[in-house]
Amino acid sequence: MIRTRRADRARARPPWPLLPLAAVTVVFLVVPFLALLQRTPWTGLGELLGRPLVVDALRLSLLTSLAATTIALVFGIPLAWLLARQPFPGRSVIRALVLLPMVLPPVVGGAALLFAFGRRGLLGEPVYDQTGFLLPYSTWGVIVANTFVAMPFLIITVEAGLRSMDRRYEDAAATLGASSWVVFRRITVPMVAPSIVAGAVLCWARALGEFGATVTFAGNLQGRTQTMPLAVFLALESGDRQAAIALSLLLIVVSLAVMLPMRDRWLAV
Amino acid sequence: MFTARIGLRIGSLDIDVAVDAADGETVALLGPNGAGKTTILRAIAGLLAIERGRIEVDGLALDDPAADVFMPTADRPIGVVFQDYLLFPRMSALDNVAFGLRARGMAKPAARAAAAGWLEKFGIAEHTASRPRALSGGQSQRVALARALATSPRLLLMDEPLAALDARTRVQVRTWLRRHLATFGGARILVTHDPVDAMVLADRVIVVEDGRIVQTGTVTEVARHPRSRYVAELVGVNLLRGSAAGPHLVRLQSGSELVVADPVPGDEVVVAVRPQAVAVYREKPSGSPRNVWPATVSDVEIDRDRVRVQLDGPVPLVAEVTPGALAELELAPGTPVWAAVKAVELSVYTQ
Repeated sequence: MIRTRRADRARARPPWPLLPLAAVTVVFLVVPFLALLQRTPWTGLGELLGRPLVVDALRLSLLTSLAATTIALVFGIPLAWLLARQPFPGRSVIRALVLLPMVLPPVVGGAALLFAFGRRGLLGEPVYDQTGFLLPYSTWGVIVANTFVAMPFLIITVEAGLRSMDRRYEDAAATLGASSWVVFRRITVPMVAPSIVAGAVLCWARALGEFGATVTFAGNLQGRTQTMPLAVFLALESGDRQAAIALSLLLIVVSLAVMLPMRDRWLAV
Repeated sequence: MFTARIGLRIGSLDIDVAVDAADGETVALLGPNGAGKTTILRAIAGLLAIERGRIEVDGLALDDPAADVFMPTADRPIGVVFQDYLLFPRMSALDNVAFGLRARGMAKPAARAAAAGWLEKFGIAEHTASRPRALSGGQSQRVALARALATSPRLLLMDEPLAALDARTRVQVRTWLRRHLATFGGARILVTHDPVDAMVLADRVIVVEDGRIVQTGTVTEVARHPRSRYVAELVGVNLLRGSAAGPHLVRLQSGSELVVADPVPGDEVVVAVRPQAVAVYREKPSGSPRNVWPATVSDVEIDRDRVRVQLDGPVPLVAEVTPGALAELELAPGTPVWAAVKAVELSVYTQ
């Protein structure tokens, strides 16, 4: 038996029913990945990962998910601030509408985007008639689909951070002569930085895994709209299981590379 | 010169007070928690709008609902020292002090140079680069005061500036604060629930209870003649003037000597004793109290469950005893008694 430190012993024991249930959860969440690893063709992995299909999908996925996260930061933080700080009529309705993409099936989102920005769409038609620019089936389309689905995660996280922040620091800055814009920039944003980072990571992760809205709105064109989740699905459908596994492995590695350094500090909002 | 008439309702608290302070004068708003003191301070700072009245500094209206004037907080010529200081956690001490100057448009190098001057003046130059987390309570207090004064306000507001400190630090910081407040030429408003803060720091006291002023006057007046039971309880502190006669010894004007637990901080000092700390005996007590004097009861005031006993003698004191003790000791005007105070119950301040 290992001697535990007195400090460890002084800590309360976990309630016993939690342990087996937690263990089942870990097994359930980890086994699928082990199964994937078990099927991985390790010898031909280098060649598989070098294929243009895989390289294109990786490049496109990183590009679109990061672009979506950037757009979400620029446009989502102002809305989060308004929702958290500024009482206005219909605020709860706006919040519910903004968060709708989080709960709706992404396919529905993709269809809605088509009706809005498609060639015959509400906004898409006049824009197309004027400029000839079309969102669907373009890389911009993927970014729009990603942003639509992922941005609510950022908004809700930053709003929660703003609500729980000690606002007296903002009062202190105001008494020192700071305008509301200076207060926002130099006090509010640094103080809710952990929430912004957590929201951005959640948003990015959601964008990276986006499938339904993307395939509906932007299609599945290699090098232009075929992100990694789409490529995985296509490879599985066409019987190229090895390529599907290689792509999945790549997604896991990329995701872990971002999530692991965050750990508790940023993700415990 | 600061004058304000503040009428405002917050929840069930209805505030209606008149507050004023001349340049170079410190006025304490003294009262229990929930009396409305902090709300009054927030109204002066513009963090709340008043409903009735007028707030002005040097004739400039900050808030005047009748004239539809409301100057935003950022434009008011004020400096505020907040309870628990609210130093910006992600900035160094220097940048905290420079913040107000930067916000008012001063270039960064100039603002930092000015801030460094304040830190130097307040004896914390070595903490220039420290984050607030790394500062002690006393150091944070200095940074907070430097930050509030750096923008050259006309009015300094302090909200319980000593409440966040432990008892020992509080005594030192209070003395330090008293010295440095004297160098600020504008009007100063101090909110506190601690009568000793008011005694040491303020020239004049405004006692606020339940949103109303119950008494105003100099510290000594209010302490001598508390106008209500509440005020008596709050500020009925014995103040004894004397001079240093040793590292832990104070000689009073009457010639009696007091042994104090804290080091005597200067030559001319004031010793504060709470009436509850004065023990009254019929026989000379033997044992721990080191400050024992003979006295004669000159007056007994009974107020519900508290009895205030005026004691004449070499050390005039007010003692507070229970009605039970009053009966047991058979105290009445003229009764000879012994008064005793423990050294640790005496707080000493420079005057």
